[in-house]
Amino acid sequence: MVLEIFQVLWFILIAVLFIGFFFLEGYDYGVLILLPFLGKGDRERRIVIESIGPFWEGNEVWLVTAGGALFATFPGWYATMFSTFYLPLFLILVALILRVVAFEFRGKLSNPKWRTRWDFGLFLGSLIPALLWGVAFSNMLKGLPIDSNFNYTGGFFNLLTPACLLTGIVGLLFFIYHGGVFLMIRTVGDLYDKSKKAAIITGGLTIIFAVILVFYGLFAFSARVNLIALGCAVILALLLIASLVLVVLGRPGLAFLMNLLGVFFGVAAWFAAMFPNVMISSTTSANNLTIFNASSNLHSLIVITIVTVILLPIILLYQGWCYKTFMGKITGEKLHY
Amino acid sequence: MDLVMLSRIQFGTTTVFHFFFVPLTIGLALLIAILQTAYYKTGRDEYKKLTKYFGGIFLINFAVGVGTGLVQEFEFGMNWAGYSRFVGDIFGAPLAVEALLAFFIESTFIGVWIFGWDRISKKIHLLSIWLVAISTILSAYWIIVANSFMQHPVGYKMMDGKPEMTSFWTLITNPHAFIQFPHVVFGAITTAAGVMIAVSAFNISRGFEVKIFKKSMLLGLVAGIIALALTLFIGDAQGKYLVQTQPMKMAAAEALWNSEQPAALSVFAIPDSKTHSNKMDFKIPDMLSFMSYSNFTGKVVGINELQAQEVAQYGPGNYIPPVGTAFWCFRAMVYLGTLAILIWLGAIFLFWRRKLETNNKVLAILMWTALIPYICNSTGWILAEVGRQPWIVYGLQKTTDGVSATLKPEYVATSLIGFILIYILLIILALFLTFRYIRLGGVNSNHQINDEKGDDIWC
Repeated sequence: MVLEIFQVLWFILIAVLFIGFFFLEGYDYGVLILLPFLGKGDRERRIVIESIGPFWEGNEVWLVTAGGALFATFPGWYATMFSTFYLPLFLILVALILRVVAFEFRGKLSNPKWRTRWDFGLFLGSLIPALLWGVAFSNMLKGLPIDSNFNYTGGFFNLLTPACLLTGIVGLLFFIYHGGVFLMIRTVGDLYDKSKKAAIITGGLTIIFAVILVFYGLFAFSARVNLIALGCAVILALLLIASLVLVVLGRPGLAFLMNLLGVFFGVAAWFAAMFPNVMISSTTSANNLTIFNASSNLHSLIVITIVTVILLPIILLYQGWCYKTFMGKITGEKLHY
Repeated sequence: MDLVMLSRIQFGTTTVFHFFFVPLTIGLALLIAILQTAYYKTGRDEYKKLTKYFGGIFLINFAVGVGTGLVQEFEFGMNWAGYSRFVGDIFGAPLAVEALLAFFIESTFIGVWIFGWDRISKKIHLLSIWLVAISTILSAYWIIVANSFMQHPVGYKMMDGKPEMTSFWTLITNPHAFIQFPHVVFGAITTAAGVMIAVSAFNISRGFEVKIFKKSMLLGLVAGIIALALTLFIGDAQGKYLVQTQPMKMAAAEALWNSEQPAALSVFAIPDSKTHSNKMDFKIPDMLSFMSYSNFTGKVVGINELQAQEVAQYGPGNYIPPVGTAFWCFRAMVYLGTLAILIWLGAIFLFWRRKLETNNKVLAILMWTALIPYICNSTGWILAEVGRQPWIVYGLQKTTDGVSATLKPEYVATSLIGFILIYILLIILALFLTFRYIRLGGVNSNHQINDEKGDDIWC
């Protein structure tokens, strides 16, 4: 019984880590995808990059932590998930490497060609993961050919079904919108206007595609649909509309908070639809991985729980302080990247 | 090539590459924190310049280290699902703690440090670089705790054929970690010191800001000599420890095929795994007994006897790691490490006699010496990991059982080629940018908007 409580607790905590990751790294992706479209000339581009400058490294650790915590608490889930999505994860890794070094390398030479190339690296390095996370997570929802040793027996192209690609696109559109909202908070003047325009366009598209996905998902993921998940998805759609209205009214700060709630309900929908499964086998439900057969033992779970309960609030505190210190408008007088 | 071999090559390549960048950042964060503390205490501009100058080198390497580190964490699940399921109960915990306790601090405060120069108080800014320096070292500890379980499993019991954690405390106080951690961290400080010495030597030899770079030269030499001496000293203790816990690894590292009492030390040999003997073996009598037990009479068990023991214990199979690789990685590490400390001792003597800054030959040697710690870091880890084969977790799981069983070999081949190409490109670019940055004396074209003149930390 005690073990089950910790297994459920960690199912929720993994969701929390992914909420943190998608909310924070999500706007990083969006800002950099918008970079080539919004930033005309080197100065504007650097302001766009600078907007996430002090934060992106801290944001990326949410992924590292989610991965580490998944490994520690549900090794079975981690092993099956990561080996299943071998090539998508390889692409994500390549993209993230490209992104990390592009940040540091782009400003090192003043040659415009050099900088344009790395800007493209920032763009591509954000576009690929922004698209693929949705594809990966929807595949888990749909169910995959998993054998009795919990190994995936399909190939790469089995992952690219219409429903999963559509989920990927909704995720991508949302991240771009989220980045646009973030840029509105950080910029002034011309860039602000352009960010607002981009946010309105991508926000509208996100809502349209999200609504299509909810209806399409009723069929494509029919086996997984339950009331809580559906409720979360509907709230998510409403929150997106509220967020977009706030953007139109010129209140990006509040819209940003709506997006946090949106990510919360989006991730919650997924976890509610999966519970108590974590990887679903399309061959036989006997091969499903659940929080009960994929978790670590009690000792291990208690240790990680104690560490997390102590450290996570501290992390939120100093990351919050970092945001408070650097969150003002960028005037573009002194730029790092 | 089969799935296991491809996966091993990929993991080895990506790890060695990752660890090209990490030691420099671990050590350099500490040295930069020391320089900035000197600036904070004295308020003298030269320390600020040095802080910013070496900070630039740090940031280039840090970026690559972060990107390649993510690959490491993902690869366990991607390529080694069997291993991840087998040890996840134990191995995942230190990785998660590392992220929560160390990596978060490091990544958040590096941003604070970069952007905080004029925006936060000097005290908080200094604190942020110290937080980065301390958390990179903490980070290393947790990774080594994880690795130590693979080398010397503790704190578990076997349940249904899988190890389950029984004591987290035992896991993180693994004696193997206590001895490997200082070896790795002092090795990292040595690496950073070597780079600091080389960069200072380069600038002194071309007469650029000689007065300032003599300060970083001194810091580099003092830190380098102390750290390297400790690395060698701990390495010796580690050897004695491994004779007890992983005798096969040490026997392979010494290319000792047959047990000897007292045992002679092979100084130079060409091990032959087919005939179980060494070609061209130059030996010092009794020395290996001394290295293993600090006396000249102890019996050191050889590879053949250990193989028979392991067959009796674990069943039929080949338990001998690649002896030539282990032997020469060990030799390269010890010989080159010793050479580096001799060079630096000579240099600090010249420095003290005020003859170093005019001696261009010695300065040139100091520049090349920076390569040595890099070679030692790589060969040391290759010895540690290859010397453990055929085990992925010593005595508990074989490498062949750890792989992601249904993964398609062509996928691994694809990612392997992809990683190699990207990493080669990265290393070329990182070297190019680092050298250019050093050559230009730290002029930060970051602050240039296209062809406008940027600001220069020297004026």
